Amino acid sequence: MMNAVAKLSRTTLSWIDARFPLTKLWNEHAAKYYAPKNFNFWYFFGSLALLVLVLQILTGIWLTMNYKPSAEQAFASVEYIMRDVEWGWLIRYIHAVGASAFFVIVYLHMFRGLMYGSYKTPRELLWITGMFIYLTLMAEAFTGYLLPWGQMSYWGAQVITSLFGVIPFVGDSLALWIRGDYVISDVTLNRFFAFHVIALPLILLILAVVHVMALHEVGSNNPDGIEIKATKNANGVPLDGIPFHPYYTVKDLFGAAVFLIIFLAIVFFTPEFGGWFIEPDNFVPADPLQTPAHIKPLWYFTPFYAILRAVPHPLGGFLAMGAAVFLFFLLPWLDRSVVNSIRYRGWMYRVALFTFAVSFVALGYLGMQLPTPTSAFFARFFSVLYFAFFVFMPIYTRIDRTRPVPKRVVYK
Amino acid sequence: MRVVVLSWLLVSFPALLYGATEEIQLQHTNIDLHDKASLKRGARIFVNYCLTCHSASYMRFNRVGRDLGLTDQEVKENLMFVGEKVGDTMEVAMRSEDAKEWFYGVAPPDLSVVARSRGPDWLFTYFLSFYLDPSRPTGVNNLVFENVAMPHVLWDLQGWQKPKYKMEVYADGTEMQVIERLELATPGSQTEDEYRRTVRDLTHFLVYLGEPARLERERVGPWVLLFLGVFVVVVYLLNKEYWKDVE
Repeated sequence: MMNAVAKLSRTTLSWIDARFPLTKLWNEHAAKYYAPKNFNFWYFFGSLALLVLVLQILTGIWLTMNYKPSAEQAFASVEYIMRDVEWGWLIRYIHAVGASAFFVIVYLHMFRGLMYGSYKTPRELLWITGMFIYLTLMAEAFTGYLLPWGQMSYWGAQVITSLFGVIPFVGDSLALWIRGDYVISDVTLNRFFAFHVIALPLILLILAVVHVMALHEVGSNNPDGIEIKATKNANGVPLDGIPFHPYYTVKDLFGAAVFLIIFLAIVFFTPEFGGWFIEPDNFVPADPLQTPAHIKPLWYFTPFYAILRAVPHPLGGFLAMGAAVFLFFLLPWLDRSVVNSIRYRGWMYRVALFTFAVSFVALGYLGMQLPTPTSAFFARFFSVLYFAFFVFMPIYTRIDRTRPVPKRVVYK
Repeated sequence: MRVVVLSWLLVSFPALLYGATEEIQLQHTNIDLHDKASLKRGARIFVNYCLTCHSASYMRFNRVGRDLGLTDQEVKENLMFVGEKVGDTMEVAMRSEDAKEWFYGVAPPDLSVVARSRGPDWLFTYFLSFYLDPSRPTGVNNLVFENVAMPHVLWDLQGWQKPKYKMEVYADGTEMQVIERLELATPGSQTEDEYRRTVRDLTHFLVYLGEPARLERERVGPWVLLFLGVFVVVVYLLNKEYWKDVE
């Protein structure tokens, strides 16, 4: 019996393989994709990002079945999902908490890249495709946040779309073109909905595939920043490489389980996460006539929001905010170090990266607060440190005293 | 361009527009949604005192019944007015244009999710903080909601409170009269402790009303985590088994 089943599956597989590269794809991307064996904690976040992307798409599909993208009905339809749709509350909370989880994961994933020099040759395009994913994710989060049509949805979108108005000459027309109206309105909600559920997820998925293709072409970096392809055995297999499947599929499964425990603990026991993931003000329906006392974006945008406010000139603030994101694209060329990993870099890069991380978190905090003269001072201080990380990188990475890099990865 | 500058001001200096308002210390109340008796009492107060002017249009009567352990018949007898169906949402008979006229231009807001925007402590304190203020059209004001349009609906229970003032001297030498605390001037039908309990019941119900799914998620959550707790051990051991031959 078992024999017959095995035989049938073999013949089915060869039938498919003659028509579609199933086994080939599986081998290239899993069973014979050799990943460095020394991945640590920081290497869980790539697969976790993929997991959250899938979760967001699935919960998004089910939310779309009951959500109404109209200014009249949007707020009520979300409450309908929360109350009258079977398990609607769970789907909605997974989606809302998932948005924040996505950014936590992506920020940690990017920080991993900074630590181990994952953007350096030959991984420049891998890094850049990742940056495009990040930009798309920001647009996805921004458009999605309008949909519940609460006060923060409305006024957050109002402030951010108005920002385009600071661009000389075309600004006002551009803001008008984006909104489709003089203020955020039903028209804006409809087009944001279209972007949020079709255009941007489509781009995200394509970019995710491109990102993985780029990764599997050049191979994964690792905590030692060593090219494992430099040392191969007689069969052309890297000595420090192990097949992604089963070794990393099973390891990532463990990572996913730990992540899900934390994630679902939040979903089930504190879905608003103290107002960090779902803001109290967003439980007030959007009211174009009443401006809330304190408009602020969700935590994942606040570092950039703080930079925006730190510059006392509208256009200057807008440009600084744009530069704060854009500079990441240039990292592969700003970094002149001969080594990849922070393990073999000197004290300068370590201090710079630490200062950068602290500045990012501090700006994130300051971006949530009501501006005061004191907080404005600190926002400027940390903004300067933030940009210094990029601006002086060509200098400090070149003169930094690096340590010799071993031939083989450090494992156990 | 004017819009731009205005929104810039909003972003940068909201304090300019609103002034620094002094924060009132909120009174804390513990929320225990398993206290069904309290929720039932709160539901009665809600339908008798609040639902006459405020709607809760995202909530259905029979959902309240189901979550609070009441039969449809009990819901009809205790929580509903004649002519409504148990599957209806908690609407209010008033037209919003009329309401605007009666309440000085502000239609009473829907209360379905008020507990999620205000928080339980704010609501609890709000119900305790009405005081007599002859300068207001309703004759009352509120410590946590200045110049509130709503009258003190629960006055027959609490009675009337009067403010007790004290003089406060600011750093620049100016003196100002501020409210130190509220004192009961005319007692209502409930004692102070009874009224606090009533208000706590009502706050309980509003928290439940804001998120009826909370009862369910807190019930399902532990089982999900229990499953994942077992799952993570299995996957950990599986991972260990595979990785033991990696040198």
